[in-house]
Amino acid sequence: MSKVSLRVNGEVRNLELDTRTTLLDALREHLQLTGSKKGCDHGQCGACTVMVEGRRIYSCLTLAVMHEGDAVTTIEGLGQPGNLHPMQAAFVKHDGYQCGYCTPGQICASVAMLEEIKAGVPSHATADLTAPSQLTAEEIRERMSGNICRCGAYSNIVDAITEVAGRPA
Amino acid sequence: MKPFTYERARSPAEAAAAAARQPGAKFIAGGTNLLDLMKLQIEAPAHLIDVNGLALDKIEPMPEGGLRIGALVRNTDLAADQRVRRDYGVLSRALLAGASGQLRNKATTAGNLLQRTRCPYFYDTAQPCNKRQPGSGCSAIGGVTRQHAVIGSSEACIATHPSDMAIAMRALDAVVETVKADGATRRIPIAEFHRLPGETPHIETSLEAGEFITAVTLSPPLGGRQFYRKVRDRASYAFALVSVAAVMQRDGTGRVALGGVAHKPWRVEAAEAELPRGAKPAMAAILDGARPTDDNAFKVTLAERTLASVLAEARG
Repeated sequence: MSKVSLRVNGEVRNLELDTRTTLLDALREHLQLTGSKKGCDHGQCGACTVMVEGRRIYSCLTLAVMHEGDAVTTIEGLGQPGNLHPMQAAFVKHDGYQCGYCTPGQICASVAMLEEIKAGVPSHATADLTAPSQLTAEEIRERMSGNICRCGAYSNIVDAITEVAGRPA
Repeated sequence: MKPFTYERARSPAEAAAAAARQPGAKFIAGGTNLLDLMKLQIEAPAHLIDVNGLALDKIEPMPEGGLRIGALVRNTDLAADQRVRRDYGVLSRALLAGASGQLRNKATTAGNLLQRTRCPYFYDTAQPCNKRQPGSGCSAIGGVTRQHAVIGSSEACIATHPSDMAIAMRALDAVVETVKADGATRRIPIAEFHRLPGETPHIETSLEAGEFITAVTLSPPLGGRQFYRKVRDRASYAFALVSVAAVMQRDGTGRVALGGVAHKPWRVEAAEAELPRGAKPAMAAILDGARPTDDNAFKVTLAERTLASVLAEARG
């Protein structure tokens, strides 16, 4: 067992965990934050995406003990019913899901992804590495390729993200 | 996952000493490959040394004009660095062609070099694999081998190296800096860093037990036009069938390294003299001695055509 202190959605949470506990399992099984989903548990589907220190990562592929003192934001921290994050509201408006299982990961990934574009991080879809990235559908699709939607709501997800990014779909 | 003990390293030398002291210890940085393998019990370290707290996350200019990339620089940050984008475009492009945004945010420079093959038989613990269980045999040989190596393979292993970043670093002739358990440091040219499988496919690099990567250095910029062309089964978030990293000069000379074809980044310097004559003679020389299977013979053709496309764009 190992002690770790995380700052989850603004609140300090002290845990004593088996060293094998992933950040995802710490959130779901120990903190009862079940919004983050376990899909593949191998970093291939994106359902477990959360933000750590503002950056999106797969919470299934990192150990909780590796995040001493880190700020973790989950879907619960982005918004709640009655007080939705703009990205959550846009997913509802654009019907950016069917079964909803991948949705928390999609939303966390998309919020962090727009920050990456603002910070000037290029992508495989960026034509000119020396120029700022354009916010095109092609860029959004490439940057969101780490989140799989088995229902195939992709085009509506792109519409939702595009709206939040401030460009009409 | 098998149980393991855990510590946070306080210095690179201390990390190396701790790893040498404890049998079955492994370093963990991003963890994106290691934890995947630990869940499958393909890796089962008894002890993890967390190196994330070591201040090895800087990209610094070298006195003679190159860059020194700290071992813990995340793939996202390396790809986004303005100097890398401007002077080492092949490296930025290779990084961006690999994995997903979430993985690149975690994965480190050293960890990317050390990632293990995605051979499906390596991942299937119900089947023999010389890399996973030395001496048990190779299930890929005679199996489904569409993704496997076409050159440099052995009777023991036909797996490929999965990294995109390492292919670009091979084209750039990067150097891997390490510290050993006794505190001694050394510089390993990337050409000598990854090994061919031979009889010992479980030994993948020239690192010694406990030896810890501290940085990767790049020589002063080569100029020219730089490309990383990756061909894969889907448009994003997939490993390469074939990739071509190229640094091409105006006079038609250049450097080319291939991914997806061998157990290590594949570059044949002597073959690069053929580049001004075109993709066909150049690739024939680069892949001279290739032994593809029926399943992956297409990679030889694909490599030539991918190079042809790169050379056409370089001329354009």
